[in-house]
Amino acid sequence: MIWDLHTHLSGFDGATPREKMAELIRFADRLEIERVIVFMGYPFVYDPTPEQLREQNDQVLEALQPWHPRALGFVYLSPKHLEFSLREFDRCVRDGPMVGVKLWVAVKAHDERLDPIVERAAKLDAAIFQHTWTKVMGNLPGESDPWDVVALSRRHPEVPIICGHTGGNWQLGVRALRDARDVSADLAGSDPTAGLTEMAYRELGAERIIWGSDAGGRSYGSQLAKVTGADIPESAKKLILGGNLKRMLTPILRAKGVPL
Amino acid sequence: MTVDVNVTLGRWPFRRTPGDESGAALAQRLRARGVTQAWVSHFDALLHTDLAAVNARLAEECRREPLWLPFGAVNPTLPAWRDDVRRCHEGHRMPGLRLFPNYHSYTLSQPVAAELFEEAARRNLVVQVALLMEDERTQHPLVRVPAVDAAPLADLARRWPGLRVIVLNQRPGPPGGVRALVEAGAVSFDISMVEGTGGVAKFVEAAGAERVLFGSHAPLYYWDAASLKIQECGLAPELEERIRHRNARAVLRAA
Repeated sequence: MIWDLHTHLSGFDGATPREKMAELIRFADRLEIERVIVFMGYPFVYDPTPEQLREQNDQVLEALQPWHPRALGFVYLSPKHLEFSLREFDRCVRDGPMVGVKLWVAVKAHDERLDPIVERAAKLDAAIFQHTWTKVMGNLPGESDPWDVVALSRRHPEVPIICGHTGGNWQLGVRALRDARDVSADLAGSDPTAGLTEMAYRELGAERIIWGSDAGGRSYGSQLAKVTGADIPESAKKLILGGNLKRMLTPILRAKGVPL
Repeated sequence: MTVDVNVTLGRWPFRRTPGDESGAALAQRLRARGVTQAWVSHFDALLHTDLAAVNARLAEECRREPLWLPFGAVNPTLPAWRDDVRRCHEGHRMPGLRLFPNYHSYTLSQPVAAELFEEAARRNLVVQVALLMEDERTQHPLVRVPAVDAAPLADLARRWPGLRVIVLNQRPGPPGGVRALVEAGAVSFDISMVEGTGGVAKFVEAAGAERVLFGSHAPLYYWDAASLKIQECGLAPELEERIRHRNARAVLRAA
């Protein structure tokens, strides 16, 4: 069972969200990916306005419609537009089909403006996904690193949070997450550098690692190799490839009456 | 059956990688995945100055392990680099060279690059050019090595039209860049850093089916990545065979 935590419409051929989604599924089929989480529309915008957020979420909602619940969605929000983001959460998650929140690079995760979003998501057991990277040349102004996610997690104990990309520079990212027990590591969207999954397994344990691809910017295959090619037990691979994400989403999927 | 044109022996200077315990351990991993031949260089070549010794060790490892086909490293900014080429060719009987212009502090537009390509052409050696080894964003802060600009390769390939050049670790960029190299001469590419969903199929469209080779960049990358990238594309069996081994064998046969 393979569930992909991390896909985008961007990077797929097609003139409409539905056409792009059909491509996303066509490639996923070839690698037997059972379910996909989709977030953010196109084009990517670092610091989106409320109108842009709504437009991108509408694209995802449109794309999901023919494929739900094989395809699930996270709502793209920005803490810079907090009141709007809370309303958008209600529209897309509380009253819509989405099951999580995606936070990208508008505001760093340590910022207290994230708190109301996290609290609202936690109430509904919605997943919380925060992009992170640690670039040697420096991050974007609002781009989080794993330490920012750890700071956020400390303010919200017991709330599961996913650290997107494990910081990209995963040797740093895994270390940063070691003691943050409620934070899971997303494997997606970095080069398939050997040793990533082994280190995450050794330091975090299999239960805190979630596989994602970052398709269409990344190849499903290059990213899947991080697990299929890793020197870790088969039981751990099963958790990473789908078991952990399914466990995390089960409460909200059940609440929404979505078949598992 | 797979011919992997991009494998490196030894240890990456910045961390251990699974399978780097020994050449035998790496060979065992690759054989288990269906690799029938791997074209190898050595990680020591990146930062060592005594490349003659590095190449001698590489040749010795390849004599012990029939899976390996050695590609020696030459740095044309070093004294006596022509003798390194001679030793690779005449002494170690290597079919080609693997160049690391960024780690060796020269560009492909400098005269030393042309001199090296001329020497390789004269000896009918295959020339592999590694454009980068790792994501520039995740490099060690004290060892930041920018990617090689491949554009001057077009001029080099035009000047020595029979010279077989393989570009390793090419990031997918605008198709025009790849086409310019393909049209300039006998330039091929490996798929180790080709990314994006369906990226290999798009890369084949840009470069041509004869110019795309299977390269994994193992053990720095998970070997499975290159293989699964092909599987994801659902290529016709004949095209997949070309990429997995026939194109590489054709490059060697063209001697």
